[in-house]
Amino acid sequence: MSLIQPGKALPPILTGGPDRPVEEAVPRRGSGPVTGSVHSWDLSTGVDGPGTRFVVFVAGCPLACLYCHNPDTLRMSNGKRATTDEVVTEAARYVQFIRAAGGGFTVSGGEPMLQPDFVGEILRRCHDDLGLHTALDTSGFLGARATDSFLDSVDLVLLDIKSWDRELYVRLTSRQLEPTLVFARRLADLGKEVWVRFVLVPGLTDAPENVAGVAAFTASLGNVTRVDILPFHKLGSDKWAGLGMDFTLADTPVPSAAQIAEARSVFSSYGLYAV
Amino acid sequence: MTTQQQRPVRSAWDGFRGGLWRDEINVRDFIQQNYTPYEGDSSFLAGPTERTTAVWKKITDLFPEERAKGVLDVSYDVPSTITAHPPGYIDQDRELIVGLQTDAPLKRAIMPYGGWRMVAGALKTYGYPVSSELEKVFTRYRKTHNAGVFDAYTPDIRAARKAGVVTGLPDAYGRGRIIGDYRRVPLYGVDRLIAAKQEEKADLDAMPRDASRLEEVIREREEISEQIRALGELKEMAASYGYDVSGPASSGREAVQWLYFAYLAAVKEQNGAAMSLGRTSTFVDVYLQRDVDAGMLDESAAQEIVDDFIIKLRIVRFLRTPEYDELFSGDPTWVTESIGGIGSDGRTLVTRTSFRYLQTLYNLGPAPEPNMTVFWSPALPQGFKEFCAQVSIDTSSLQYESDELMRPRFGDDTAIACCVSAMEVGKQMQFFGARVNLAKTLLYAINGGRDELSGAQVGPNTGAVTGEVLDYDEVLGRLDLQMEWLAETYVHALNVIHYMHDKYAYERLEMALHDRDIRRTMACGIAGLSVAADSLSAIKYARVAPVRDKTGLAVDFRVEGEYPAYGNNDERPDAIAVWLVEEFMRKVRRHPTYRGAEHTQSVLTITSNVVYGKKTGNTPDGRRAGEPFSPGANPMNGRDTHGYVASALSVAKLPYEQAEDGVSLTNTITPDALGRTPEDRIRNLAGVLDGFVTSQGFHMNVNVLNRDTLMDAMEHPEKYPQLTVRVSGYAVNFVRLTREQQLDVLGRTFHGSL
Repeated sequence: MSLIQPGKALPPILTGGPDRPVEEAVPRRGSGPVTGSVHSWDLSTGVDGPGTRFVVFVAGCPLACLYCHNPDTLRMSNGKRATTDEVVTEAARYVQFIRAAGGGFTVSGGEPMLQPDFVGEILRRCHDDLGLHTALDTSGFLGARATDSFLDSVDLVLLDIKSWDRELYVRLTSRQLEPTLVFARRLADLGKEVWVRFVLVPGLTDAPENVAGVAAFTASLGNVTRVDILPFHKLGSDKWAGLGMDFTLADTPVPSAAQIAEARSVFSSYGLYAV
Repeated sequence: MTTQQQRPVRSAWDGFRGGLWRDEINVRDFIQQNYTPYEGDSSFLAGPTERTTAVWKKITDLFPEERAKGVLDVSYDVPSTITAHPPGYIDQDRELIVGLQTDAPLKRAIMPYGGWRMVAGALKTYGYPVSSELEKVFTRYRKTHNAGVFDAYTPDIRAARKAGVVTGLPDAYGRGRIIGDYRRVPLYGVDRLIAAKQEEKADLDAMPRDASRLEEVIREREEISEQIRALGELKEMAASYGYDVSGPASSGREAVQWLYFAYLAAVKEQNGAAMSLGRTSTFVDVYLQRDVDAGMLDESAAQEIVDDFIIKLRIVRFLRTPEYDELFSGDPTWVTESIGGIGSDGRTLVTRTSFRYLQTLYNLGPAPEPNMTVFWSPALPQGFKEFCAQVSIDTSSLQYESDELMRPRFGDDTAIACCVSAMEVGKQMQFFGARVNLAKTLLYAINGGRDELSGAQVGPNTGAVTGEVLDYDEVLGRLDLQMEWLAETYVHALNVIHYMHDKYAYERLEMALHDRDIRRTMACGIAGLSVAADSLSAIKYARVAPVRDKTGLAVDFRVEGEYPAYGNNDERPDAIAVWLVEEFMRKVRRHPTYRGAEHTQSVLTITSNVVYGKKTGNTPDGRRAGEPFSPGANPMNGRDTHGYVASALSVAKLPYEQAEDGVSLTNTITPDALGRTPEDRIRNLAGVLDGFVTSQGFHMNVNVLNRDTLMDAMEHPEKYPQLTVRVSGYAVNFVRLTREQQLDVLGRTFHGSL
């Protein structure tokens, strides 16, 4: 079964296969301020790391996941240029609230590691200057771009491991799994706290051996304090239509409570805290 | 339960510490000397007993009929007084706490002193006979509050009232928002309170030498006489139930019973818009704890007493007119109980009984009344914070107000009347003033004082703004003049209303449970704040072109371009909202008040945001004529796009010192938007409340709901008899709202997660 069906419009980003080059951030010009492409910012509670968080969604992602719920962040051109100053100034307005509420700062996307200079400086300033707990929400595909000093400014990595089955990973994301696994191992070696996120898509990622594969690998790392099993949903399907792209999972059902409980029990059986 | 109670072999005050409260009427001192702060979690609590469940079922079995008919029954020919009705019971053999407003549960009384027209109107609405004899008494021999007010209103006030730029005034219903210190009755017994009142009166026996004090002193002597009479009737009423409340209560159950009799006397006599209870849980805890320590009560028995008390508070009912229901939808009574907080000495005022009050929302299921109000401080014990958050998530029945803002201003024995009005119990009252419509006032500024719907000249003729595109400074200049007029007309109306309320519908019993020399506030209010702020933001940051009819009246607006909206923590519109609050307060303060009351204001609409919206034409923010305003100080629905934290922080910028009668925010959050596990949600909601209070936020109504639940409840009300939704400073039984109100609730922003 091919999920990419002939005759259906593909996002342009999908042409070129899993080893196609990655869209690059605009290089910094001279000594001007570091800028990046930002889709939006938001305050969220309990969904982008612990507590109430200021979340910046950067634009552009090397992956093109079939179930992406933010397809409007796929391209860097989907965002607006912003300086690190602008982002940090906005975040600073919430520091008092976040400190009292418990929470922090999360950079999500899109894929933050597509713009490592921009994101790195924001994380550093939020972490060091504002004293916020920081989280990096990433697929890990570009984990190699995260230098050790970059990771010094990250308290928590929210790492998506979307599938253990290599072929399925390519079908789901249009990219290879391997870089994510390498990054996960490196984070383990550094002793960096990680929450693994796994999107449960009935008929795609929920095969017992696939779930068990992710669980076994995750458990072997030793630095994963929590696994978020995220039920597939279709709330982003309007965005696909709005972008003139086909949402190929329109007919895929959302997982039942029993299916979610089943996946959770697999992770739990490996000694992981899964919710 | 027989009325021959086994009296414990101790005197009422045995085991209590401290002395000051023994020598003077001073409930706060008694609490401070005797209460036991509780820093633990909710694990000690007990579920409902069979008895509790059986008594509550007798009531819930009556709800379907009441919901279908609007009222279950009316005592239509007996004007209610403290002693007018014989004793009534739910289940006489099993009730632990007794007393009903009339002779049967949910049977409503008539209270004609507020106005005969309203009583007659309500009786006709529900198909009950209108006694011609009573009509004669209350139209020919005994003048009412309503009749007095209309004798003294000016043409200007009448015009403003008719147009709806000043609206919801308590000129045709009881003003309420007065909290008797009902705790005085169990602590001291009625005889001691009467003696204290007699002393207060004796102090006024000498004729004042200052002519300007003459009327005041005569009035006070008459009022105190009425208070003493009411206290006597309270004893009589309690005696009809087999209790002697002339002396203090000597057990936990008696303390609750005495407390309830005192409150019951108030709601037998006054049909006030809000009949709030005060701050009773920690007071009651002193008594329950003494009985627990003496081995007389276990947890289940202590909880049972609280459960039975709360059942009584849940079934307080008033007979009201459809016009009133339109303003304050869902049959609210605002039996507001203030829970928690921190004392001036830094100890928490949370006790086990604070938990027990909240536990009733599990033992009896969710309910809008009593209006449980948690005084929140980041310094509250974590166990209490988490239990509150859990109760909110499970029942949507709690509201939160900042203890940090109230304590420095009103002390640590403060309670909320109605929704957001803080007052020191027994030492302070307010003259409730409903609210003015700021959105309409802005339209008056644009139209030179002409009403946008009727075309009539209501405000002063300041000349219409004539340009093709509205000029911000020009509009602001005219707005200043219209607000000036509005503030004067409004305060004038309130002075008339409260003069007449004191004269014709004086709250004898509630005031008997106050000190003689009290602090009074004149509680003004504003509605339509977000519409006015967004409209001004549109005029300033976008291009707003008025569409005028042939008489030159701006009846619609074309908005070109985008404008920043209030509710996104954006300084530009938020500063406009702050300015509106400060400026109106400044203008209100210029006018003298009845009985020297201090001026305050609230940013609160209750459910009247729907009615105000109906009476207001198209506005420059793009809102269509007739569309509801957002409730209270809330941003307009759908315009707060950065989540509930950013939205709440915009509201938190409204300065409490310029709105000391309260700033109301209602938030509806889907469970997902608080976290992925029940434990996360509890911790995160508690954190959000800490963050909000730390950021100077005052009030937050918290609903944790999915829209689907409400839609299903609209279609199948029978499945959701107790579904509770917080609307604006109070909670309602969702299925008792009108369809229009239900749609308004559904139309509000649900802060979800994506």
